[in-house]
Amino acid sequence: MEWETVIGLEIHAQLSTKSKLFSGSSTEYGQEPNTQANIVDLAMPGVLPVLNTEVVRMAAMFGLAIDAPIGKANVFARKNYFYPDLPQGYQISQFDKPIVELGHMDITLENGKTKRVGITRAHLEQDAGKSLHEDFAGMTGIDLNRSGTPLLEIVSEPDMSSAKEAVAYMKKIHELVQYLGINDGNLAEGSFRCDANVSVRPKGQKELGTRAELKNINSFKFVERAINIEIERQIDIIEDGGAVVQETRLYDPDKNETRSMRSKEEANDYRYFPCPDLLPIEITDEFLAAVKATLPELPTAKFERFMSEYDLSDYDAGVLTSTRATADYFETVAKACGEPKLTANWVTGELSSHLNNDALEITESPVNAEMLTGLIKRIADKTISGKIAKEVFQALWAGEGSNDESAADKVIESKGLKQITDTGAIEAMIDEIIANNAGQVEQYRSGKEKVFGFFVGQVMKASQGKANPAQVNEMLKKKLNS
Amino acid sequence: MITKSLTELSAGLKTGDFSSIELTQYYLDRISKYDSDLNAFITVTEEQALSGAKSADEQIAAGTAGALTGIPMAHKDLFCTDGVRTTCASKMLDNFIAPYNATVVEKLNAAGMPMLGKTNMDEFAMGSSNENSYYGAVKNPWDLERVPGGSSGGSAVAVAARLAPIATGTDTGGSIRQPASLTGITGIKPTYGRVSRFGMIAYASSLDQGGIFGTSASDCAMVLETMSGFDPKDSTSVEREVPNMSATLNDSLKGLKIGLPKEFFGEGLDSSVAEVVESAIEEYKKLGAEIVEISLPNTHLAIPSYYVIAPAEASSNLSRFDGVRYGYRCEDPVDLTDMYMRSRGEGFGTEVKRRIMTGTYALSAGYYDAYYLKAQKIRRLISNDFKEAFEKVGVIMGPVAPETAFKLGEKSGDAVSMYLADIYTLSLNLAGLTGMSVPAGFSSSNKMPVGLQIIGNYFEEAKLLNVAHQYQQVTDWHKAMPAAFAQANKSGEGE
Repeated sequence: MEWETVIGLEIHAQLSTKSKLFSGSSTEYGQEPNTQANIVDLAMPGVLPVLNTEVVRMAAMFGLAIDAPIGKANVFARKNYFYPDLPQGYQISQFDKPIVELGHMDITLENGKTKRVGITRAHLEQDAGKSLHEDFAGMTGIDLNRSGTPLLEIVSEPDMSSAKEAVAYMKKIHELVQYLGINDGNLAEGSFRCDANVSVRPKGQKELGTRAELKNINSFKFVERAINIEIERQIDIIEDGGAVVQETRLYDPDKNETRSMRSKEEANDYRYFPCPDLLPIEITDEFLAAVKATLPELPTAKFERFMSEYDLSDYDAGVLTSTRATADYFETVAKACGEPKLTANWVTGELSSHLNNDALEITESPVNAEMLTGLIKRIADKTISGKIAKEVFQALWAGEGSNDESAADKVIESKGLKQITDTGAIEAMIDEIIANNAGQVEQYRSGKEKVFGFFVGQVMKASQGKANPAQVNEMLKKKLNS
Repeated sequence: MITKSLTELSAGLKTGDFSSIELTQYYLDRISKYDSDLNAFITVTEEQALSGAKSADEQIAAGTAGALTGIPMAHKDLFCTDGVRTTCASKMLDNFIAPYNATVVEKLNAAGMPMLGKTNMDEFAMGSSNENSYYGAVKNPWDLERVPGGSSGGSAVAVAARLAPIATGTDTGGSIRQPASLTGITGIKPTYGRVSRFGMIAYASSLDQGGIFGTSASDCAMVLETMSGFDPKDSTSVEREVPNMSATLNDSLKGLKIGLPKEFFGEGLDSSVAEVVESAIEEYKKLGAEIVEISLPNTHLAIPSYYVIAPAEASSNLSRFDGVRYGYRCEDPVDLTDMYMRSRGEGFGTEVKRRIMTGTYALSAGYYDAYYLKAQKIRRLISNDFKEAFEKVGVIMGPVAPETAFKLGEKSGDAVSMYLADIYTLSLNLAGLTGMSVPAGFSSSNKMPVGLQIIGNYFEEAKLLNVAHQYQQVTDWHKAMPAAFAQANKSGEGE
């Protein structure tokens, strides 16, 4: 039988505010346990939540970016359940009146076609703390540093039909929230993670199959693997005559399998009701207009503009707009040196491979945009050749020169890498080589034009690579043909 | 000393008739003399009281004192007090010491009022008799066999027996007005949002409101204007200017339209209570007020609506008491579920557990629409009733409770009969309005005090206090003291 998969994702994107959703505690990652938990985060008796209004602006930006209506009076609700790392005994979330309503995101499929994925809603909620089981024999430690951190939960429609599509969608959302500056994109630290709802059905069947929810997956690779392994598991069950059980499952990346966490029967009745400690968030048209005015250029628009404005290939434009930082870097350099194509080649080539090798983000690059600008200007004005430029880049990467536009000049100067364009000097080298290689001259003149490369090589060698290749070519031809 | 108003106490402190230390010690002595009979206090904070008095005396000497500086007071034991335990009268919080002050406490501390102690109450403010306390029932000073009302019974009794000149309370469904009525003192529940809820241990967040007990409306006015106001720590507190509530106390009541809701005078109202309320209305006529009969047609829905909404919110509010971070934890839990079940099972009393279970049920999947949502709709109907009424009248009057203080144990086996004690007070909390109880006389049948309820429109506390004060200018009911506790202390009197 042929099977069809249905996938929906719930993405939890931590909003990059300095303080928590309802308390003044810092949201900084990786601090000593419980050093960022105040009386509100600890849910001491009598304390009350006070909304950090910055999250409203951030959520509104997201809503505008996915063409979604913003809830004009959206409401916080309590989701009640007991867990040691949930100090209030409820999570403050949003239920029937979320801040962001129905929107959408377009993804590009492997065959190059575009598919529109519906975004049911996005709502604000508090993150929980962490239970630490390792360091306490027979006991559990609780770290509430993360408790109350603001999350935007982005819920998709069940519009994806393969793990690859799910990953493509997740990447697009990941790219978008970083573009908007509302999320730091750090999957390893859990700032961006997702739950996947997966079900299968015989191809052509209308009703959805029973779904399993895969919880808390925090890498693109694991999302793809987890979904694929879950699809296999569900198909095996059905083909063996069984039935899929609605449940929550956990993906174990070490064993590459999903395991049951709790079944539907064990699921909590969350007893949602409007949180009486908080007023509805009133959103005015003026506020929305102000937020809209601050919206940066979005990835798709930027991609298209890069292709038309800088005459880039769709591959280059895609790579250069993959993150806002990369796009900003490229555009800074391209504008400063006036050589967009050359810049594109350097950013997607030499710079990317160095960043990859050293596992650095572009924002951490030892060669900043000014330094690369200085380098590209010297290529463009033929002070150095492309080959020498790689040597200069290497020196800049290693910290030579300075960290401004003059860096490349300093390296070129100190290493004596300036291209030789002095006709007399080149001519002298050529004359000497012709004189010393009578046999090859004979061969060339008798029609073996391949030998020409030999002469070029010899001149470049003699000049330690600094002779201007175009000049060398031209002058060699003249001498050999005369 | 015990007959002096706050204004007189303030004047005595300023002129040096007595110091704040003397005044505070005077009340501490009364507490140690009488509270074993009354059980109004859970914790007496002698040390804090005297050190507060000492700094008040320094301020008075330096000439930096305010009107309330040096006057001692008591706080209901659900206002968190930095460094002093706050129990909510529950075993669950028997060992709980907050590292912060409730905003109300903070404001009154800042005003220089020494804290005598923390008063007894129904556990987590759930009750109408003050019998639901882990620390035992509070006794009514007018008859020690009778209840003082609840949930702020300890504060009411502390003021009624003159163990404190003034005391804070909270009112979720009548918890200030009903005990004020049953103990013969003045108590005001402000408009929802007028007083910060920060640091007030939540029972039902959309209904809870802090307020004050005193022996007169003018005393209440002085303290209420100090504890009111917007608090950035409480999003439901309202950004609205707090008027000088003492300034308008003497305004004339000529032409005031008083609405009498017919639903407050029907079946179930004790005739001796009705007599007292009617005679109070007669006094108001003499003061120039005009009586208008009105209707609040949805009053009968207040109890069912309240007993869905309040328990629903409570079931969620009380989830934080899980034995994990503070408060009671059971001995030797075998696992997490066991810890939750036994810590909560052993830490909460019967009425609290009853309301948690009722509320949990009301919010459950499949019942939410039928109970919680419907109760919220009724709440709107009740608010609309009042809205219409206030288009016709300035204030509304009626009884506070259907009967006077009942005997200890009389209703403790019957939750529903106990719930009816709040039949005239609940609707106000549902609407978020302000209301007060003013002593209006004594029952002809059992000689127990009876309070008159005055209900005002949103943020009209000053008007209520004015209306109450005018009545207290022409009557002496608020000056009556329970005989067993009316004796002034022998030494250090200055009377």
